Amino acid sequence: METNILISCAGVGKTYGSGANAMQALQSVDLDIATGEFVAMMGPSGSGKSTLLNILGCIDIPSSGSYQFEDVRVERLSRDKRALLRRHFLGFIFQGFNLLNRTSALENVELPLIYRKIPPRQRRIMALEALATVGLERWWQHTPGELSGGQQQRVAIARAIVGRPRILLADEPTGNLDTARSIEIIEMLRSFNRSEGITIVMVTHEADMAAYADRRIQFQDGRIVEDSSREVS
Amino acid sequence: MIWETVLLALRAIRRNVLRSSLTILGVVIGVAAVISMVTAGSGATAKVTGDIAKLGSNMLHVRPGQAMRGPGGARIASARFTTADATAITNGIAGLAAVAPTAQTARQAISGSANWATSVTGTTAFYLIVRDWVLAEGRLFSEGEERAGAGVCLIGQTVKTQLFGNGSPVGSSLRLGTISFKVIGVLEKKGQSSFGQDQDDLVIVPLRTMQRRMAGNNDVEAIYVSVLDGVPTETVQAGIEELLRERRGILAGQEDDFHVRDMKEIIDTLAGTTTVLTALLSAVAGVSLLVGGIGIMNIMMVSVTERTREIGTRLAIGALERDVLLQFLVEAVVLAFFGGLIGIIVGLCSAAVIGRIIGVPFVFKPGVIAAAFLFSGTVGVVFGYFPARKAARLNPIEALRYE
Ligand SMILES: Nc1ncnc2c1ncn2[C@@H]1O[C@H](COP(=O)(O)OP(=O)(O)OP(=O)(O)O)[C@@H](O)[C@H]1O
Ligand SMILES: [Mg+2]
Repeated sequence: METNILISCAGVGKTYGSGANAMQALQSVDLDIATGEFVAMMGPSGSGKSTLLNILGCIDIPSSGSYQFEDVRVERLSRDKRALLRRHFLGFIFQGFNLLNRTSALENVELPLIYRKIPPRQRRIMALEALATVGLERWWQHTPGELSGGQQQRVAIARAIVGRPRILLADEPTGNLDTARSIEIIEMLRSFNRSEGITIVMVTHEADMAAYADRRIQFQDGRIVEDSSREVS
Repeated sequence: MIWETVLLALRAIRRNVLRSSLTILGVVIGVAAVISMVTAGSGATAKVTGDIAKLGSNMLHVRPGQAMRGPGGARIASARFTTADATAITNGIAGLAAVAPTAQTARQAISGSANWATSVTGTTAFYLIVRDWVLAEGRLFSEGEERAGAGVCLIGQTVKTQLFGNGSPVGSSLRLGTISFKVIGVLEKKGQSSFGQDQDDLVIVPLRTMQRRMAGNNDVEAIYVSVLDGVPTETVQAGIEELLRERRGILAGQEDDFHVRDMKEIIDTLAGTTTVLTALLSAVAGVSLLVGGIGIMNIMMVSVTERTREIGTRLAIGALERDVLLQFLVEAVVLAFFGGLIGIIVGLCSAAVIGRIIGVPFVFKPGVIAAAFLFSGTVGVVFGYFPARKAARLNPIEALRYE
């Protein structure tokens, strides 16, 4: 039923360190994600969810196996090429917002556009639109320190979607928020997925949040042990 | 893009004003030191050159003994000149404005209860023409006084104040040692020489008087010759050398036992000395600039560590290595530039103050300013590069996890 494969992992493994300290965070993960999917990744702490998300986000490369983004073999790309891929096709929501301190919400949202060399006027318009989408248009001058946790997360979301990425990667986007804020955020993500067709891969450890996704993947010890869209042997 | 990077750098700098100012302090001091040294040094050179030009750049100075050649070249004692040698020059050489034979000694000058150690020059009235010196009051020696070796004298401003205070000393008398002199004139103030000597601390007496009553001989220590304008000093110098060789019986092939010095030589030597001194001081100042650069590097390293998460975020969002490199490099250069700018201002001000204290003019050299800017910019690039590269090479994963 998948029409258009966006992401394809084949035997992806990741080992941190070497020798006696070697730590195998991922062991041979096979995973295809189609355009427009909303995927939730779940699993106990240390099971390798963030590690895989970083690989999917081209921030990290697998130690073994191959990872294809559209028709690009990411593990073969140089550091700068992967940065360009992130710049143009990927949006990130980090575990713990990672906004720039003492920098206004607007400028935080503008950041990815600066690296895309979009001229200041247009940049500003796009950033304000993105802030409006997350309901923060009136807060554009505020720095992260002057915003609540939920608002900060919404700024982070605005920053991730401002460049209209092909795929949005979110690492525990509701991790630091109370239930009401969490639902607000998750519904926002789902609406992007539904209305704009942005593919979303989200790591979460809350089943309530995962319930919003179309597809749930369960991790255990660096492997996928369950995938709601297919049978895993 | 570069302009935005500069704005970004300015913001990062403004974010921590105190630290930024401490960071650039080294560069400020370095640039200020270089600027003030070079500016004060050029002032000193200008003053020396000007002073000697005032001595009369068309002045020749004839002394017995060989010209010094290199260090340790001892002066061989040679026969003194006499008044007759000076007369021979006056009569035998064309193109001269004035000739003044001189002899010098030091004496205690006494007037009433006032008492002052000074130098005494025995010469003729022509000396003032050669030295381009005029009287503030009184009159010069008459020919008769010179010939008779009369007890009359001219005094410099310093001697005047020391012995007579503010009143006019003309007509009063003073004693040099045991000999009594009548003051007939006061010289105009000439100020310090380039060597820091007080040129006004002297008493001038007729040469004959000095020879007869003070030195007890007929010696002339030096002959000053002033060449007429438009007459080449080289020709005159050669003429004097030939004349004196003949008079002193020096055979062809033998070396002169006297030397004729052109004031230009002295100018060059002195200007050379101040230039070397300036260069040395500037080199020392340059070292502090280097230290300033290391200061910038140090703080930039700390700043990179502090901003690891920011760098990680930027890299993850799509910044290339060179984007981050540029960001931190520009920050270092902007810092260094500020340091340079403040250093230039401080340097010029202190050069003006130093100039006033040591009495040299303020010579503004645009070249030095440009060089200082260039240099501080270079310091920024050189010492900013290492921290900037450290930032650019950060692994985004680790940078994002950094606490
Ligand atoms: N940079 C690293 N160096 C060494 N080990 C690492 C590194 N990153 C992750 N690990 C290890 O790899 C394993 C997987 O980590 P990962 O961050 O993917 O877990 P996770 O599933 O996201 O857990 P959590 O739910 O706590 O975020 C962990 O045991 C972790 O200690
Ligand atoms: Mg994680």
